[in-house]
Amino acid sequence: MASKVYDGTEVAVDGEGFFTDPQQWREEMAPQIAAECGIETLTEQHWQVVKFMRHEYAEKGTGPSVRALSKTSGVTIKELYQLFPKGPAKLAAKIAGIPKPRGCI
Amino acid sequence: MSNDGATENGTIEKVSIIVSKGSLEGIYPALIMANGARAEGIEANLFFTFFGLDAIHKARHEHIKLATVGNPGLHLATWAGGLPGMSSAMTQYMSHKMDQLDIPPIPEFIEMIADTGAGLYACQASVDLFGLTRDDFIDQVKDIITVGEFYSLAAGGQIIFT
Repeated sequence: MASKVYDGTEVAVDGEGFFTDPQQWREEMAPQIAAECGIETLTEQHWQVVKFMRHEYAEKGTGPSVRALSKTSGVTIKELYQLFPKGPAKLAAKIAGIPKPRGCI
Repeated sequence: MSNDGATENGTIEKVSIIVSKGSLEGIYPALIMANGARAEGIEANLFFTFFGLDAIHKARHEHIKLATVGNPGLHLATWAGGLPGMSSAMTQYMSHKMDQLDIPPIPEFIEMIADTGAGLYACQASVDLFGLTRDDFIDQVKDIITVGEFYSLAAGGQIIFT
């Protein structure tokens, strides 16, 4: 268990940097986490995905896989990989302050 | 000093996956590996050779079957597996189970993998062997390449043979 500071607040993260307590997340932290992941600016579409990730986590207790993300968020697979080149579900989950989704599809 | 395609901190940055089989159970593992790699931000290539070409063949990719004869993993007696219609029935059953888990059918899965930015390639030697042409393949196939060109493509990353 480790911790990081975003937006002046200390949060608990796991070995890969994912939030262990999603309740600690605030919207203001997202841009900072994104910058760490190599995404300099969060566009409308980025936010659409991030908000969707939090919504899914709140409803189902886990973030969606990339495929589920593309089917239900309205953003296509191509667009998702353009927005988050290093793995959409993984990065969007990190930026959204939820645990990394487990899945094989 | 070689580092086996791993970076300083041991992560995998690129995988090139060879697809050599034409059965359902022979093709899916490669697709899951490629898709999974992309989801982790790992660069991926798929190289279709021999019967693996069926997975990217326009007329055949919707008709990939489960091997029911001589497939010990199925736990089905050889005589039973050889009955007319058995392969189709088992394939349908398996496809239904996969659909319930949201695992896409092969054509859709390959299109999805291409959308993630993975490179899809056909093997020149196999194309020659089976008398195929570029037109036989789906649009997402980037190129028909030789084994040497595949090795260049795969350089610096891991190679997975399926």
